[in-house]
Amino acid sequence: MAKKIRVLIAKPGLDGHDRGAKVVARALRDAGMEVIYTGLHQTPEAIVEAAIQEDVDVVGLSILSGAHMTMFPRVKALLAERGADHILVTGGGIIPEDDIEALGGEGIGQLFGPGTNTDEIVGYIEAAVS
Amino acid sequence: MAVEGQTHLREIIEEWEERAAGREERDALFETVSGRPIKPLYTPENLEGFDYVEQLGVPGAYPYTRGVQDNMYRGRLWTMRQFSGFGSAEDTNARYKYLLDHGQTGLSVAFDLPTIMGRDSDHPRSEGEVGKCGVAISSLADMEVLFDGIPLDKVSTSMTINAPAGLLLAYYIAVGEKQNVDSAVLRGTIQNDILKEYIAQKTWIFPPAPSMRIITDIFAFCRDHVPKWNTISISGYHIREAGATAVQELAFTLADGFAYVEAGIEAGLDVDEFAPRLSLFFNAHLDFFEEIAKYRAARRIWARHMKEKYGAKNPRSWLMRFHTQTAGCSLTAQQPENNIVRTALEALAGVLGGTQSLHTNSMDETLALPTEKAVLIALRTQQVIAHESGVANTIDPLAVSYFVESLTDQMEEEAEEYFRKIDELGGVLKAIDAGFFQQEIADAAFAYQKKIERGKRVVVGVNKYEIPDEELTIEVLKIDPEVERIQMERLARVRSERSAADVEKALGGLRQAARDGTNVMPHFLACARAYATLGETLDVLREEFGEYKERPIF
Repeated sequence: MAKKIRVLIAKPGLDGHDRGAKVVARALRDAGMEVIYTGLHQTPEAIVEAAIQEDVDVVGLSILSGAHMTMFPRVKALLAERGADHILVTGGGIIPEDDIEALGGEGIGQLFGPGTNTDEIVGYIEAAVS
Repeated sequence: MAVEGQTHLREIIEEWEERAAGREERDALFETVSGRPIKPLYTPENLEGFDYVEQLGVPGAYPYTRGVQDNMYRGRLWTMRQFSGFGSAEDTNARYKYLLDHGQTGLSVAFDLPTIMGRDSDHPRSEGEVGKCGVAISSLADMEVLFDGIPLDKVSTSMTINAPAGLLLAYYIAVGEKQNVDSAVLRGTIQNDILKEYIAQKTWIFPPAPSMRIITDIFAFCRDHVPKWNTISISGYHIREAGATAVQELAFTLADGFAYVEAGIEAGLDVDEFAPRLSLFFNAHLDFFEEIAKYRAARRIWARHMKEKYGAKNPRSWLMRFHTQTAGCSLTAQQPENNIVRTALEALAGVLGGTQSLHTNSMDETLALPTEKAVLIALRTQQVIAHESGVANTIDPLAVSYFVESLTDQMEEEAEEYFRKIDELGGVLKAIDAGFFQQEIADAAFAYQKKIERGKRVVVGVNKYEIPDEELTIEVLKIDPEVERIQMERLARVRSERSAADVEKALGGLRQAARDGTNVMPHFLACARAYATLGETLDVLREEFGEYKERPIF
């Protein structure tokens, strides 16, 4: 039996909007992945710690507060520091197109905006991890 | 004669049922956005036993189903209040002046997340968040800039602030003092609804018990010193945005409202001393009639509970005033101009539901904070409804519609069913602890998403009528990266220019009040006047009260 994909869904920063994070977490679980949800108001350090402890393949960050240009690179850099840059960092929220491109250039995976079908996220993660 | 009429009615309905059954229906979900099934036709049979006086009455009188004022919009239109705030206090002050110049009639302050979470702009956890989704306020000095040139005796101001609400109100009062405006004439609202934070919006600081105590302190302080202030805006908006159905929004919001009423009574206040200053805040989602029914049911439920259950004697305690905001969660990032139409329909529902004030979302809000142009279109949408559509000419025009009254009655019954469930769980706080609301909302959000993904519910431009490889054609607001620096500089200046002894004294007073149970509000004011920062002031309460932690569920 193939190993299940392990995903950490995290809410970094002070943002409290968790509807999207929860819907995605549930959709990934329904698609057969092991999903860990950090809950709200996490620091990048705590997220990276959880990702390593839980030995995940993917970290999905949900940010609707505009802090994405700080949070995504921070998580990515901390993972690299801990020798865990094999973990895919992806996510979504209210993130303008230009910023998505800039973050992509820094090694962040695909970022999903409002209206995304969760099947698309499932497909992306399955393809990226395999 | 009556019997003959009824027989005839049954006959023609039966004939119609037979004919309609022979007609094929479109392949569509005939249900509301909340999943409520809708019949093809509503007739007098759906309102059997309907008692006009009992259920509706007249506007401005119990049970207020038709509206809270005698003449509603023929007297005064609803307040057009666009929620706004971004970047530095200077940026937001300029946006307020722009909106006031274009006919907006009240201000509504959006704070950034550090402010909402009670952190100064220079706190490590604030990094990347300063000025992003609202204006950054770290001390009275920022608040002075925010309201510079805006006379506080002339405008009413709503502040979307919860855990630190009492402190922001103290800043507002202190700005008033500098303008020689007495606190007794200040008009406005603080959201101050911590229960919905635990349930849906999730920006809390302290645990529930001390949070409820601060709220009742605010009730008592405002009764004596800020009598025209709405001390709380009991909010369904965020509950709905988090994914709740219309009836969940209705029931959970009113349950929260009643929990505040009970807290006030338990704190020794007379219900009629604070209930008239309570106001509510609902979402206006896309399902036109269900939303209108929701507002009408809300007024009737509020009136009945306040009078019959809580024994309020003052009619001002019975009538439920409310603010409305169109549904951010109904907007799409795809073909964003279509959002103007969605917002117009939602705003119309709010107006037909008898709202006292209204915020219309801008078309670009799924992409970023709105640009000046997008906000202006949103404001103009309200002005077109007010002045061109004719709907403000008469009061509650959908009353006694078989459909709307059926929906109103149904929603009232279903809300009462939820109240019973919450009671069985031991009340709102216990239900929060048990994750009841959170689970109900998460389930509803997931069910809704699945309907969209299976194409059962059409969202124009998202799962039907898409434009492949659509390019974004509207302008998007960027927050000036200078904001963080401007804030740091002002904070440093505040810290260097103030009297350290005054700050220490004020913070010490607050700590003492937190411990001995005296009202914290005068101490918030003392901290404000001494230019203690927001973070310093709330850190005192963090130390005394602790911080809330949620058990994450999905």
